[in-house]
Amino acid sequence: MEQEKEYTLFVYSENHIGILGRITNTFTQRHLNIESLTVSESEVSGVFRFTIVTISSPSIIKLISKRIERQIDVIKSGFFCSEDIVHQEVAMYKLSTEVLIDGLSIEKIMRKHNASILAVEKEYFVIEKTGHKSETQALFEELRIFGVFEFVRSGRIAISKPMISFQDALKEVAEGAKKQKIS
Amino acid sequence: MEAVSKQKEESIKSETTTMSGSDAIIQSLIDEGVDYIFGYPGGANMPMYDSLHQMGEDKIKHILARHEQGAIHSAQGYARSSGKTGVVFATSGPGATNIITGIADAYLDSTPLVCITGQVNASLLGSDAFQETDITGVTSPVTKWNYQLTKEDEILEILAKAFYIAGSGRPGPVLIDISKDIQFKDVEYAFEKCSYVKSYIALPEPETEEIKEAAKAINNAKKPMIIYGQGVILSGAEKELKELVEKADIPAANTLLGISALETDHPNAVGMVGMHGNYAPNLKTNECDVLIAIGMRFDDRITGDLNQYAKQANIIHFDIDKSEFHKNIKANIAVLGDAKETLRATLKLIEKNNHESWKQEFADLEAIEKKEIWDEILHPTEGDITMAEVVRKVSELTNNEAIVVTDVGQHQMFACRYSKFKNTKSFISSGGLGTMGFGLPAAIGAKLGAPEKTVVSFSGDGGFQMTMQELGIIMEYGINVKVIILNNGFLGMVRQWQDLFFDKRYASTPMQSPDFGKITEAYGIEYKKVTERSNLVDTLKEMLDHDGSFVLEVKVKEELNVFPMIPGGAPVTDVRLK
Repeated sequence: MEQEKEYTLFVYSENHIGILGRITNTFTQRHLNIESLTVSESEVSGVFRFTIVTISSPSIIKLISKRIERQIDVIKSGFFCSEDIVHQEVAMYKLSTEVLIDGLSIEKIMRKHNASILAVEKEYFVIEKTGHKSETQALFEELRIFGVFEFVRSGRIAISKPMISFQDALKEVAEGAKKQKIS
Repeated sequence: MEAVSKQKEESIKSETTTMSGSDAIIQSLIDEGVDYIFGYPGGANMPMYDSLHQMGEDKIKHILARHEQGAIHSAQGYARSSGKTGVVFATSGPGATNIITGIADAYLDSTPLVCITGQVNASLLGSDAFQETDITGVTSPVTKWNYQLTKEDEILEILAKAFYIAGSGRPGPVLIDISKDIQFKDVEYAFEKCSYVKSYIALPEPETEEIKEAAKAINNAKKPMIIYGQGVILSGAEKELKELVEKADIPAANTLLGISALETDHPNAVGMVGMHGNYAPNLKTNECDVLIAIGMRFDDRITGDLNQYAKQANIIHFDIDKSEFHKNIKANIAVLGDAKETLRATLKLIEKNNHESWKQEFADLEAIEKKEIWDEILHPTEGDITMAEVVRKVSELTNNEAIVVTDVGQHQMFACRYSKFKNTKSFISSGGLGTMGFGLPAAIGAKLGAPEKTVVSFSGDGGFQMTMQELGIIMEYGINVKVIILNNGFLGMVRQWQDLFFDKRYASTPMQSPDFGKITEAYGIEYKKVTERSNLVDTLKEMLDHDGSFVLEVKVKEELNVFPMIPGGAPVTDVRLK
């Protein structure tokens, strides 16, 4: 039995309606859950980058990545283990302003976790913390006793460590796509 | 500068004509070289039908099915016999959902189709309008590509792209959903064929290194074996396959969809692999030293237990779709590319060889299979008629030149095993999806795709009843197909499994059939029924000589199992002869 571990997939695609469904279907087919998913425009205008975190075995993740790349509108797909990426998430916490009256303990916690206050209103204030999931979770655990009204964490965004350029891959695909069948 | 661009603008304008969206759709189909549309009209595609009626009927023939499922299976049969892209029209909602089985079938069997569905007006999308279904959402897991058109200025580009994607690379079904409102809007028509999509590599460049390695492995092999699949037919690599087989003198087995890529009587042809394949190639899979898989995907019906499949062999996998590599079976050498191109390149490095004694081992096993199985069911002298003898007689009477179309079940396996073929694209069957009801409509399409050929379809009594309404197409258009119903009064393949694995508890497999003679008569189609062996050959001859369509019902032995058989999930070496 192969060991399952966390992988971060990168998918570059055209910005077409329905492509997200086609990508997530690939996971559904293999009965895999998506831990987090982030989509944004990449360094190439018009090309979108999906960052998908999943837990899988090495052989399945390879098949999934190739299966995703098979989609017509997908330009490139690849994956990395956690050691090969620099990644980050952002979390936000909404608490009652009353908590601030006993300012000392909140201040200590904020300093300890290197978090910042994003907004203060009459009834509530919002803390922001960037970090790995374990770090944003640790802050959440400490804030819990004060009563957290809302807590939200973004999907992972990640940069790969190896010096590979997507723009080269894009050129390669665009070049490869020109080939015509000769009989 | 300005004068130049103005001139250019004018010259473009002079090449375009203004027409309605629906006219533009039909005109672009004409310009793509479409000769048949298989379809069914409804509210959301009426403008397209109106355009077809007014401008295209002499250029494109529309075949009106009796159910959209019949339309798409006909288009599949057409695509598979002609090598061209099949075109399907259906309306929104139920029209569109009725073609899903055929789309899934075409997706698994890599059949090029362009399905054009009507959709409700763009302004109504998402409102649960009458006959609204999110068909691009529903079909996304079973289409190579799909797109919903709601802007008239995208019509031409998207349709051209649809044909390019469906037919290139590893072919597959594409669905284009077109909202009704844009079918009425004005479009500037100028046809331009698509031959490039920047995110899609249709023909991957083969790696020279892999080809060298593959050739070296083949040249050094003592016990090589080829398994070829439909990829050979789809890339038109039949000649290259034959050259490889002959030059390196390799025994060659086929998958179900690979049938007819190499003639059955070729001295190196060793039959079919898989659950109901032949004894020799199944056993030899686990004895060969080099296994050369060409344009096939190691389906579970071929491999059985993956952990005990060809473990001893150096596996070379030729495929155009890199996501097939190492999916089920880890290949030692994966050769990416179009089979015609990769085989050609490999052939340049192949040395002439001779594997006489290795081939003899196949022949010895074949002799065992023939003695144990063939003689009894191919040449019986008493008892009920067998499916196998009907199938073989048809091959003999058609000089192995007919296109054989099947439905799904026992008769399909008998047709695979005992039909013989001389020409490529001569065997059409639902392989990956195993769709009952495929046979009759697919045969109709196959005849339209290859009008010069004799087309014989085999169905069981169960599968025939799933789409027998398509006799209506035969009646209306006078399509000359020879339809054979092999009636055993059972859903035979399920009954066989009940016999073998459920202690003969025949749950819902005995089946009553209507009087097929009366049904056929109602459609005005010739019909005969054979119950005695003594009448079989003469009636088959009558059917084949008849100028027009013919339905022949043959009462066959009720409980006869298909053997050899590898039980599901068992290793290929567990192939049972009884």
